[in-house]
Order: sequence, then structure tokens, then C-alpha cells
Amino acid sequence: MSKRCDAKRRDHRLNRRELLSGAVAAAVAGFPFVSRAQMKPIRIGMPTIQSGRAAMVGASSRNGCSMEIEKFNAAGGLGGRMVELVARDTKGKPEEAARLSRELVNSDGCEILFDAESSAGAFAIHEVAKDLGVLVMHMNSETSSLTADPKLRIPNAFRAARQGIHDSIAAGSYAGKIAKAKGLKKWLSCSPDYAYGRDSTQLFLEYLKHFQPDVEVVGEAWPKLYQPDYTDALTKILQIKPQAMYSCLWGGDLTAFIDQSAIYNLFAQMEVFTINVADYTILTAVKNLPKGIHSGNRYLSTFPKTEANAKWAAEYRAKFNEFPINWSWENATGAKFVLEGLKKAGSTEAKKLSDAIRGMKIESPFGADGTLTMRAEDQTLVNYATGWGQTIPTEPFMPEVTPVDWQVIYELETAWKKKNNYI
Amino acid sequence: MDLPALANCVTSLSCIVTQSTSGLIIGMLLFLVAAGVSLIFGVLKVINFAHGSFYMLGAYLVLTVYGLSDSFLLAVIAAALGVAVFGLLFERLIISRVYGSQVLMQLLVCYGVILILDDLVKIIWGPEFKSLGMPAAFQKPPYLLGGGVVPVYYLFLILLTLLIAVALGLAITRTRLGKIVRAVAINPGMVSALGINTGYVYAGVFMLGGLLAGLAGALAAPVRSIVSGMGLSVVVESFIVTVIGGMGSVAGALVGSLLIGLVRSFGTIGFPLFTEGLMFLLMAVVLVLKPSGLFGREG
Repeated sequence: MSKRCDAKRRDHRLNRRELLSGAVAAAVAGFPFVSRAQMKPIRIGMPTIQSGRAAMVGASSRNGCSMEIEKFNAAGGLGGRMVELVARDTKGKPEEAARLSRELVNSDGCEILFDAESSAGAFAIHEVAKDLGVLVMHMNSETSSLTADPKLRIPNAFRAARQGIHDSIAAGSYAGKIAKAKGLKKWLSCSPDYAYGRDSTQLFLEYLKHFQPDVEVVGEAWPKLYQPDYTDALTKILQIKPQAMYSCLWGGDLTAFIDQSAIYNLFAQMEVFTINVADYTILTAVKNLPKGIHSGNRYLSTFPKTEANAKWAAEYRAKFNEFPINWSWENATGAKFVLEGLKKAGSTEAKKLSDAIRGMKIESPFGADGTLTMRAEDQTLVNYATGWGQTIPTEPFMPEVTPVDWQVIYELETAWKKKNNYI
Repeated sequence: MDLPALANCVTSLSCIVTQSTSGLIIGMLLFLVAAGVSLIFGVLKVINFAHGSFYMLGAYLVLTVYGLSDSFLLAVIAAALGVAVFGLLFERLIISRVYGSQVLMQLLVCYGVILILDDLVKIIWGPEFKSLGMPAAFQKPPYLLGGGVVPVYYLFLILLTLLIAVALGLAITRTRLGKIVRAVAINPGMVSALGINTGYVYAGVFMLGGLLAGLAGALAAPVRSIVSGMGLSVVVESFIVTVIGGMGSVAGALVGSLLIGLVRSFGTIGFPLFTEGLMFLLMAVVLVLKPSGLFGREG
């Protein structure tokens, strides 16, 4: 009988334990807003281009961000709060980009915006961020005025992309050296006839003349954006017979131009400088890439020639079954700044987060010296690896890349800002 | 405007050779597309706004077949025939339902097809642009004729399309089938009353239009970037050609295409910032002087 009593008492103790744990569970469940807030994901809205000719922008931007976000979440997120990326298709239209950005913040609970649109959309999203007071990280826009112009500057907007002015100085500096060494005096430009083409060409020629004054522009061709047939431009170029040609054609236009130029044997008749060749979209698309085209890197897994860069590229390739491209590294960088900022600030609140990110220096495989800085005075990325070299038709496509000296870039950038009354 | 450059060019043999072949190239590829548009309008009285999509399909098909077979010849033939079949299906299943309807209805139907095809090619082949590359047989340095530069592939294209133009012209004017097609264009009711199935003629003409456009897309592929929406650029120019040459006239399409090609190639030297405008100016002049087009029928 005593054994039965003991057993009963043990059961009773167990039952009490169960009762206690049940009560604690009830207490926790009874404070639902506490546990929900702790586990509520940090939603980041990403308006981006997911359809049309520039659909690659959206795909590569999302891929670059998601790799960083997954690592962040795997390490526990922000005190248990996981980051969730909410991407929407702007179709490349600025008005759609603005509308979606507002919706992401006002209706979809997004606390931060990753602007992965192109430049036209970026300016529209910038206005929305200004209006709503959320932090926005501009991932892809290369238009310098977005961060250089003090009239546009707001404390909660940052840019993690390369910039037109940096690229033009880098291009001019390299081209000037080659022009001097090879006696290239007669230059011609062939660029798409719209704002980017005009601005980029004008800046390149300005810096070319700065580094090598003894050059003359002997002709210009301005094909339309997305023009399929460059025959008339090419035959004109062959008539003029320049010693060197500059082009900022990009994407499908650039591959068509290279294919069409090759059949005229154009590359054997002049030195060709194009900003946009050294990116895997072009390097893998062009079937017979000519040897010796001068180009600046957009993204190359072999520049910087570091283990960290090669590892990141290999991871990206294994995960997404495609080569990383320019937007991939820019988005990975922007995401990393924001995620590091979240850790530093311990909050998603725009002012705290902005203060944490402004001036931040991070370790990065894409830095010129292994680090990247979000410059405080204009909230834009500096010290990213940028350099020029010549192409070969097979991997690594650009075996030797001459890095550009960032001190030269800073100096000339400051002069450019003064000239434009930005400082 | 750069008239001295233009004057220099027309007095230099090398420039004339280079720019003329350049003009011929632009013109001949345009002719293949425009001939189809012109024929379809002439016989069926349908403005096939989706013709550019036939061209796009031809480019994608040649890309796939060339990738599988490594034979450019086989790939071109397969692409042309593939688009011909597509043209047949398009006519039988879709366009035949809007014969005799308002132009707006036809436009709407064609535009719908364009949108569907643009998305379909992205789903099947991916959204990024593709490049075929020059087939090995044509990877040779260009010929020098009279000091002018003529790429090997372009010479081949010009000769081939000239051959096709001649064959098409002969087929339409000298064969029984051609006679029937011309008769249907003039009076389909009477042709039907004579016991000939005009439905077959309509389908056949659409197949021919598809074949020509698909062939154009396939032949242009080595020197174009293949991407969704590439048909739009070609279809606008082919409409200008048919307006200039005259709707329903293959000879008109040939002359119109060559005119456009030469205007572009010489125009880019003399008027580098107004080259597109020159084409429209030419069209406006023709419309004022001969509204039905150079070879078009009055009324």
C-alpha cells in the first residue's frame, strides 16, 4: 500500500511540475506582443527591375543581397529577428518604382528600402525615402549627382554602387597612359545617344585630355539605344580611321557592336576602349571575343586577385548557377553595410541606423585594399577595386588588371565637385 | 550636318564601295521582312503588326538548332521552316478570325501576340540577351574591293537575298501559283467562285511571310544581339519600306528597302544626328508625290 502511495505522491509531484510548466507557458502565451515583437522579421523592401530588357538587374541584385542576408540570419539575425527581403518588379518605370516603394513601406511593413532600380528609378525612390524617412541604400545607380549634389542629400540615403565620375577618372587616367605610350592622337567616340552615353563620353574625353593633352577627337557616332544594326556607324568609323575609339555601349548593344565590328576587322585597325566589356554578361555572351580590347572591370573574380574574392565568386556561382556581375557585388556590399549597421545600432530606426552606417568601414573582397568605406561627407561608396586591362577570348578574360590609384580619383573628384558647385 | 564629309565620300571609290555595301546589307535584310508584310497586306488586306515577332522567333530558333547541330545551314533552314509553320498556325488560329475587321481589332490581336511571344521567349530561352557568334565558315578577314571594306558574311547575305528576291519575283509573276495569289489580291470572291480554296491561299501567303521573316531573323542572328523585343525595331522600318514601295508589291519592297539602306549609310556621313529623320523624310516625300507608294496600285 505504501508503494502505491509513494507512486501516487510521485505522480502528484510530476503533475505539479507539469502544472508549473503549463503555467509558465500560459504566461508566455499570455504576453503575445512581447514574443511576437521579438520574433517579428525585419522586412526590407526591394523595388527592382524584374522584366523587360534589363531583367538581369533584378535577378543579380536579389542574388547579391540574399547571399548576405542568409549569412546574417544563420548567425541569429538581430537578436532573433530574421531579415526578410521583399522584392517587387518596377518594370524599369520610375513612377512604378515610386509607387511600389511607398507600398512596401506603408502597406507591407518594410522598415528599410534597398533601391535596386537603375538611375532613373533611383531618383524617384530617393524622393520617397526623403518623404517617409526610411533608410534607403541605393544599390545600382551610378549617376554621381545622386550623392554628390548637396541639394539632394538626405541623412537616411546611401549609395553602395560605383560612380560615373570615379569610372571616368579611372578610364581617363589609364587611357591617357596608353595614349602617351602608343602615340594615340586621333580618337573617336561611339556611344548610345541618351543621357548616360552623352555624359559618360564627355567625362571620359575630358579626363583623357587631362592626362594626355595631345589628343584630338576626329569623329563621333551616336547610335540609338537598343539600335540593332551598327553598320552605318561602323563604316563611318572605318572611313575616319581613328587610332583609338571609346565606347560606353553596354549589354546587348555592346555584344552586337563587338560582333559587327569584328567582321569588319575593326579591332585590328584601332585600339578600342570600352567601359563595359569586363563584366561576365558580355564576356560570356560574345562568342568570339577579340583579343586586346581595353576595358575597366565591372566585376571580375580575378580582380582583386585575392582568395576572398575568388571564394565569393565561387559561392555565388554554385548557388545561382551563373556568374556574378556588377550588380551582384554592389548589392552584396549595400546589404552588408545595412546588416552591419543593424548590428551596430541594434535597431531598425532610420536615424540610428544611418548614424551607424555613415563613415563605416567594412572588410570586403571587393575593396581595393580588402576594405570598403561608406564615405561620411556624401554617403557614398569609395575605395572599391577598380582597374583597367586588356581582354583575351578565354577565362580569366582579363589576366592583367592595372588598379587605379584612389588618391588620383579623390583629387580629381574634389576638383569636379568644386567645378559643379557641389562643394 | 556634315556636307563636306558627304561630298568627300561620294567622290571616293573606297567610300562609295563601303557605304554602298553597307546600304545593301541594311536593305536586303529589311527586304526579307518587308516583303512578307507587303505580301500579307496585298493579298489578305491584313497589316501584320506581329511580323517582327516572326523575325525574333527565327533568330531564337537558329540559335537553338545551331547550338545542337553545329551546322549553320541546317539551323537557318530549320528556323525558316519553323517560323513558316508558326505563321500557318498564327493565320489559321488567330488572324483568320479578324479578316475584314477594323484595323484597330487587327492591331489589338497582333499586339497581344507580340506581348505573349516576348514573354514566351524569356521563359524558354531566359531573359538575358544571347549571341550566336559568327559561324566558322565566315570567320575570314573582309574583302577589299576598290579600297572599300566588304565583310565576307555580308557579301554572302547580299547575294543570297538577291537570289531570293529574284526567285520570289519570278514565282509571283511566272508561276500558276503566283497568278492565283495575284488574283486573290485583286478579287478573292471571283477566285473562290472559280473553285479555288482561298483559305489555302491565305494560309500559304502567311506561311511564306513567316518563312521570309524567319529567314531574315536567322540570317541576321550572327550579327545581332538576340533578345526579347528585338522584333520591334525591324517592324517599324519594314512598315516604312512598304509605305515607300507600295503595299502589296514585292518589287516595291525591294526598291524601298534598298532606298532606306542607302539613305541610312550615306546619310550617317552627311547627317549624323538626323539619320533616322532622313528615313521618315523620304517616306513623307513619297507619300506626298505618290501616296500609293512607288510601285503601289492606285486606289
